[in-house]
Amino acid sequence: MEKPLTAMLQPDGQPLDMAGYERAGGYQALRKALTMQPEAITAEVKRSKLRGRGGGGFSTGRKWEAVPHDAPRPRYLVVNADEMEPGSFKDRLLLEQTPHQMIESVIISAFAIQAEIAYIFVRAEYVRSLSALARALAEAQARGYVGADILGSGFALTIHVHASGGRYICGESSALLTALEGRRPLPRSRPPRSAQSGLWGKPSVVNNVETLCCVPHIVERGADWFLGLSRCADGGTKLFGMSGRVKRPGLYELPLGTPLIEILEEHAAGMQDGYQCRAVLPGGASTAFVMREDFYVAMDYDAVKTVGSGLGTGNVMALDDRRCPIGLLRNLEHFFAQESCGWCTPCRDGLPWVERILAAIEAGEGEPEDIETLARHVDFLGPDFTFCDLAPGAMQPLGSGLKYFRAEFEQHVNEKRCPWHESAGGWA
Amino acid sequence: MTHFLVDGKTYTAKPDDNVLQACIGAGLDLPYFCWHPALGSVGACRQCAVKQYAGADDATGTMVMACMTPLAEGARFSLADPQAVSFRASVIEWLMINHPHDCPVCEEGGECHLQDMTMMTGHAYRRYRFSKRTHRNQNLGPFIKHEMNRCIACYRCTRFYRDYAGGRDLDVFAAHDHVYFGRHADGALESEFAGNLAEICPTGVFTDKTFSARFARKWDMRGAPSICVHCGVGCNTTVNERAGEVRRIVNRYNGSVNGYFLCDRGRFGHGFVGAPSRIRTPLARGADGKPAALSSKDAIASFAAMLRAGGRIIGIGSPRASLESNFSLRVLVGQGNFYAGVSAGEAASLRLIAQVQSSGAARIPSLREVERADAALVLGSDVPNAAPLAALALRQMVRATGFALAEKAKIPHWQDAGVRTLAGPLRSPLFIASPAATRLDDIAHTVYRAAPADIVRLGFAVAARIDFSAPAVADLSSGDAALAQKIADALLAAENPLIVSGVEASDPSVIEAAANIALALRARQKNPALLLNVPECNSLGLALMTDGPSDVEAAFATPAALAIVLENDLFRRAGGEALDPALKTARLVVLDHSQSEMSLRADLVLPAASFAESGGTLVSSEGRAQRFYQPIFAESEMRAAWRWLGEAGVAAGRAACETWNTEDDILAALAKTFPVFAAAPRAAPAENFRVAGCKIPSEPHRFSGRTAMDAARNVREPKPPVSADSPFSTTMEGFYGKIPPALLPYTWAPAWNSVQAISKFQSEIGGELLGGDPGIRLLETRADATLPYYTFIPNPFAPREKMWWAVFLPRVFGDDEQSALAAPIRARMAPPALALNDQDAAMIGAIPQQILAFEIGGARKNLAVEIRPELPRGVVGISGVPAIAHALPAWISITRPEPGAT
Repeated sequence: MEKPLTAMLQPDGQPLDMAGYERAGGYQALRKALTMQPEAITAEVKRSKLRGRGGGGFSTGRKWEAVPHDAPRPRYLVVNADEMEPGSFKDRLLLEQTPHQMIESVIISAFAIQAEIAYIFVRAEYVRSLSALARALAEAQARGYVGADILGSGFALTIHVHASGGRYICGESSALLTALEGRRPLPRSRPPRSAQSGLWGKPSVVNNVETLCCVPHIVERGADWFLGLSRCADGGTKLFGMSGRVKRPGLYELPLGTPLIEILEEHAAGMQDGYQCRAVLPGGASTAFVMREDFYVAMDYDAVKTVGSGLGTGNVMALDDRRCPIGLLRNLEHFFAQESCGWCTPCRDGLPWVERILAAIEAGEGEPEDIETLARHVDFLGPDFTFCDLAPGAMQPLGSGLKYFRAEFEQHVNEKRCPWHESAGGWA
Repeated sequence: MTHFLVDGKTYTAKPDDNVLQACIGAGLDLPYFCWHPALGSVGACRQCAVKQYAGADDATGTMVMACMTPLAEGARFSLADPQAVSFRASVIEWLMINHPHDCPVCEEGGECHLQDMTMMTGHAYRRYRFSKRTHRNQNLGPFIKHEMNRCIACYRCTRFYRDYAGGRDLDVFAAHDHVYFGRHADGALESEFAGNLAEICPTGVFTDKTFSARFARKWDMRGAPSICVHCGVGCNTTVNERAGEVRRIVNRYNGSVNGYFLCDRGRFGHGFVGAPSRIRTPLARGADGKPAALSSKDAIASFAAMLRAGGRIIGIGSPRASLESNFSLRVLVGQGNFYAGVSAGEAASLRLIAQVQSSGAARIPSLREVERADAALVLGSDVPNAAPLAALALRQMVRATGFALAEKAKIPHWQDAGVRTLAGPLRSPLFIASPAATRLDDIAHTVYRAAPADIVRLGFAVAARIDFSAPAVADLSSGDAALAQKIADALLAAENPLIVSGVEASDPSVIEAAANIALALRARQKNPALLLNVPECNSLGLALMTDGPSDVEAAFATPAALAIVLENDLFRRAGGEALDPALKTARLVVLDHSQSEMSLRADLVLPAASFAESGGTLVSSEGRAQRFYQPIFAESEMRAAWRWLGEAGVAAGRAACETWNTEDDILAALAKTFPVFAAAPRAAPAENFRVAGCKIPSEPHRFSGRTAMDAARNVREPKPPVSADSPFSTTMEGFYGKIPPALLPYTWAPAWNSVQAISKFQSEIGGELLGGDPGIRLLETRADATLPYYTFIPNPFAPREKMWWAVFLPRVFGDDEQSALAAPIRARMAPPALALNDQDAAMIGAIPQQILAFEIGGARKNLAVEIRPELPRGVVGISGVPAIAHALPAWISITRPEPGAT
């Protein structure tokens, strides 16, 4: 099984330096790309069926095509490395341990969309990622891979590594652009789309770290090879994060479309002894629960939708039988309530209400109408009702939780206590 | 027009409207918060949610925000959809989670958009049972009160303050449900438009602090349509009165003039009306030389005796008095003895402006037209300080480029965030040439900083580059020549080029240069707009009725037996050396509302009504004649100056005065005398305007306490006062229904108790008022206009050794005589200063705050040094001492003050 994204990981966890990366075949894709027509790269990426790995799942090739040929200059490529949803840690691995892969991806992708400036927007807490990127970028500049007239191609690129001011909303691509402009990171209304008017009013493409890291491999080995990596209609491998009380939590690069049960049972080696898995959040904190009976589902963009959830970022979180699902939800909604940017009413004022109700229920202070109030929030914090996708995402686990764990909710309210508090394991 | 369906009924709207605008325009009650007609849509509050259906077969529909949804022919919506109804009530429920529900003690109560919207959605029962978050409030200075707990986070305040008005010191802090709208620290809001926050805020976070101190509910105050008297822009205001006091001034919408906004000088400057400096009774100088009160009857008799005594009688008018009062004085003393009562420099500039603007060569733009210009040059003027609302309009004007881009990208103009994102830093060309920095520089394409003479030369050079037959400027530096070319190119390339200048520099040649540019554009078949800002509320009206030398010094050039001074402190217009000898020989009658150096010198002082006790007509910089109506009817000896003049005239046997029964009589006589004023009587309905025989009620339908207000003195219902000059009844009785737009005493509509009710009185949202915007333009362009080029071009500025060219730098707070008497304005007045370039200061060893002395107009002055590095070398700026502005510009020498001086 090929694992292009993680093939260059070192046993000691340290990133390869320029010499090591080049010895392992690094920057060959760049050399090849610079001999191609930019449109040909975009076409190849489109043919590879690479879809956005940040959670959106939009076709990368089509996103690139959206930059008009006669678009004004400069154009920007922006890497969204603002990974901070609970349970998500896939981009961090790539940034910390394969920074040259990131840099090479940026150069090739910028060349494909003919951007002259690229930003890598990194979550501020990712200190090791930032220093690894800074080192790799300096090496790449010294080697002539970044700067004016790269390898004699006439193509020039400046790359900036930018540490975020630190809010979850900065990971929303339009808010990220606003943050880069030095302004309050509010999501933008569309139109205009970023490809039309993004950073400082200029055409901009925002891609996720993992998405871009696929690009050198597609360029080097072709779309057909990439399509062959997966076990579904879309191309490539995917980094799956596995957390919760499994035996081997961690990150696994597996073919896109690998069944969930395989990730859980084979790669993560199943649950720890004495724990049963009741459900998972398959794609991070803003996806809906998938219950045991659906664990056969293939982890690809379209298949996960059929069981009422989404692939999201591919970070799987397991909920075991000794953890209160309402406690889990309260924890997640606390995160979302705190990270609401405060722009639109339902999200700003609805999420804190949701969080408080969940806390009350968990503390044995729930009231019968609370469940109805939560359900109303699930409806009214959904898509179209709110300004951006933060609140609809936050409602994914809650909405499915109300559906699947209705009995537990009612038990909390009726018995005025959390049944898990006295049980073995408690909150460990 | 586009047709659209709401709940099965067909309505029409402008095709480029959004659905919210269209619904409101159609008279539907759809609640909203973050949208504002002047600010556009951003989709933040989610209050205006409606269902949209894709086609005839779509029964489910999609939830959309009406404010963010473009209208399309045949589009189908539902306001009544149960989910939409329920969601809109939920939005209110969320907004109310942390709201303190303190309506009974909130200044906004009763005219609160949040109250209205709450009622409209039907949300009534509180389900949230947890604690509220609380905020700490800030002291935001003398104008605006801050109560953050009431905030519903609609973001209107920061969008207005920052995006619309260019302020920097109000922002949103923190995130999620802790968002905080305020300053980084306590302190007075810096923007001169801060007062608008009280009207922009849909609830009681930002309220009028001066009003709070003398508070009354909206329904308990009389309203009078008025015109701001604090500069020449002519903003429309509503004066609210209760118990004989002006309680507050709020915006009165005029789509062509000030739209939804006012500046802080206009909003908070009314304190002079009730100040201790007010003259309330006639005063005559007794044998002991001290002024003593006397009855009106005796005062008139004494005035009449002076009129009959013979000798040369001169009348000195006032740019801050109404057309009616000025004209009545002119009639009383005769055309040849009437003077405008402004300084020599200002008189020359005003005469020029009257000449240029009445020539019909260039369009005088309304502020709405200023906003729609696509290239502009500000020549030698500090617009934000001299004519604040004109500056606010210029700030919108630079967005034309962004709107053009948006149109190309098919982004609707009302989609505010989208248009701003698309425009990025791109702005329409605005060039500013002024000796000192202005608060518009941040949006200027190019700022040209030079001495006044060089700015004038640049102006002439621009004209010569637009039209080769305009007089050219010799020996222009290559940099200046290139800039002149750039400005000329930008103006020629524009669809609606605009030139802005003003009187505040007291430099007629800058007006000539501005006029030449407009003439040159006209010669090139362009349609130029020329805005020449005048300093006072009737400067242009007065200039249009005076001919020949009309300044104060000219008035006293020939000895007079009697000088009648109308609402004017001449010591602000000329130096004591010019006035003192004349005042020693002439008897002096002063008609004014506030005590001044002039009134202290008078033999007879007559208490003139201010804008608050009388009506009248004023002419703005736009040449728009506008009428203000009387808000205070309480009995007093104060009366409109023209009444004093008329009664004294009648007593002295002047036949002309006998026909003056109302201000309309005088206005009619004025219109007959001067063709330029022919339309002035049509500015607004006359005193005798009635509907179905009824006057218009000046008190709202809910006015309370009329039998109780005076109960401490009299338990009977007092007889309502009568208003001789007003089409308004002084009570709540009168005609209710469709009334002319110039007579709107308040804006109120069923379910709409706040200022947002104005939408119900507009022909289209944000457009003209129903029945047309009030006021009448007196000066229009004419095809046959002939105005030759001005040819006098000054020499380049040459610094002199040990001498400084001193210019007056205007300030929004303090320069205006009347508002400077108001305590809140005084609290915002910066100390007077002598501004020097940093190198010049170093050369003479001056440091900031150091007191330096100079001689001006024969008097010695001490001022504190302010370093302003942007000033041209050899030029100093004097600010904060409007009383010596008349002597500027001038060469001065600066010395250390004599020992002991402060």
